[in-house]
Amino acid sequence: MHSSAVFLIEFGAIILCLGLLGRLAARLRFSPIPLYLLAGLAFGEGGLLPLGTSEEFVAVGAEIGVVLLLLMLGLEYTAGDLVSNLKTQYPAGIVDATLNALPGAAMALLLGWGPIAAVALAGITWISSSGVIAKVLGDLGRIGNRETPVILSILVLEDLSMAVYLPVVTALLAGTGIAAGSVTLAIALGVAGLVLVVAVRYGRHISRFVSTDDPEKLLLVVLGLTLVVAGIAQQLQVSAAVGAFLVGIALSGEVAEGAHNLLAPLRDLFAAVFFVFFGLHTDPASIPPVLLPALALAAVTTVTKIATGWWAARRAGISGRGRWRAGGTLVARGEFSIVIAGLAVTSGIDSDLGPLATAYVLILVVLGPLTARYTEPLALRLTGLRARRAAPDTGAGTGPDAVVPDQDTPVSRP
Amino acid sequence: MSTARTSRTPLPGIGVRYDLTTREHRHLSVVAHRDGSRTVSAYRHDDPDACALSVRLTGQEAEALVDALKPTHHSPTLLSTTELGLVAERIELSGTSHWNGRLLGDTRMRTETGVSIVAVLRRAEAFPSPGPGFRLAGGDTLIVIGTREGVDGAAAILGRE
Repeated sequence: MHSSAVFLIEFGAIILCLGLLGRLAARLRFSPIPLYLLAGLAFGEGGLLPLGTSEEFVAVGAEIGVVLLLLMLGLEYTAGDLVSNLKTQYPAGIVDATLNALPGAAMALLLGWGPIAAVALAGITWISSSGVIAKVLGDLGRIGNRETPVILSILVLEDLSMAVYLPVVTALLAGTGIAAGSVTLAIALGVAGLVLVVAVRYGRHISRFVSTDDPEKLLLVVLGLTLVVAGIAQQLQVSAAVGAFLVGIALSGEVAEGAHNLLAPLRDLFAAVFFVFFGLHTDPASIPPVLLPALALAAVTTVTKIATGWWAARRAGISGRGRWRAGGTLVARGEFSIVIAGLAVTSGIDSDLGPLATAYVLILVVLGPLTARYTEPLALRLTGLRARRAAPDTGAGTGPDAVVPDQDTPVSRP
Repeated sequence: MSTARTSRTPLPGIGVRYDLTTREHRHLSVVAHRDGSRTVSAYRHDDPDACALSVRLTGQEAEALVDALKPTHHSPTLLSTTELGLVAERIELSGTSHWNGRLLGDTRMRTETGVSIVAVLRRAEAFPSPGPGFRLAGGDTLIVIGTREGVDGAAAILGRE
């Protein structure tokens, strides 16, 4: 058979498989991410069907997938969103980072993987999945809930932190010496900061430059610009993903809306390819040995995320039940943990990190929607039992009602 | 009667939430999504942070609902009615309209029907009081004022393919 024919059949079969898996996921009302990862595991090294010719294209597709994932994330936010969240919610961000990154770092050190792997694993356990969580909020009809802004602002802060964290992790993984490493790091942070300032100040002008009425041209301009910036960022050791994220931030208004609609199908395609690619490079046989640490890590970081959400919601004046809902919703980890793990694996870090991350994400991407749904009733039942023994006290009904100024003023009839 | 006020909460990555507390101390909110759809929610009594009802509406459904909610009820496409028998309507030109690219003067609308064209809405712009030299395009929305018969006549003229 002709090699191009083999390629078409192979790549087509992968995409077709993903499509069918996606339909299955939709039927089960689940995120398709775990199924894509499992598909990758099934196809790759040590799997059922090793791939040949399409391997290289899938690798490039995976790169583009990461870039598009982050571009779309950047498009979701305006620079103003980021700045205002940073100003008002930074304590929640700090609590979130501390509680959820430390278990990952501790686990890597316990397993004897060294400090660089610890930084990578810290990121993997820290960042919640915006994609999964946004979908869960919509599915559960909680978009209008009062704890939702708390959840969203934590996600915003995490995504913003990625813009700093990814260059750091890239520099560390590059394995340069301390001196060269810190120079790279300074350059990386400088560039990220500069782009962020430019986006906040001159985002309008960039958007005007890109703006066009014709969808085809808009698609080409936005995609081209993003890939060029991502490539330059990669060259400067800032990591392509961050470059793409910053492009997304810089574009705003109508352009962002248009680009969002045009690029969504592309993102879906290449992001799926990215998850498969990650699975391809993980040998299924390597998962059972790391299953126990993955389970332990998932259990600990589920509890810490719930605590984070609970604390942040309390800080925002949300009553007891909403606090549990906020905590449970934040548990899902997903695309970002895999992005970080992908960076770590391609740089040749400890070979068990990839399988551990895969197992960890598989567990939490499945568990996350469930905790979002059931944390509140479970917590109420548990605390209710305790409350029944002690004095009955429910925080609901008096919490946020009392702290709504300018609304609850009684209406005087003339 | 004091005016009811809504408070505004930004939802990063989703849109904006507008909250309203009614005189009976029930909470309502509308989430304006970026894509133009809306989520209308009513809050529970026992848990004021959670929604008892949450309905997602498309832009058009939201407009229909707003229309039914408006205290001065009128038919859907009317901007306003007066006691004088005048009506104002939005009339949209289809993409394949006969008038696509032609001048407003060519429609001879005022001569034929006696209506006035107050403004033309094109995407996010409005062109107030367009003259006869104004060039129409498919997708434009014309705001037309006249008698009931006149406006119906104008709609027939503008409907030419």
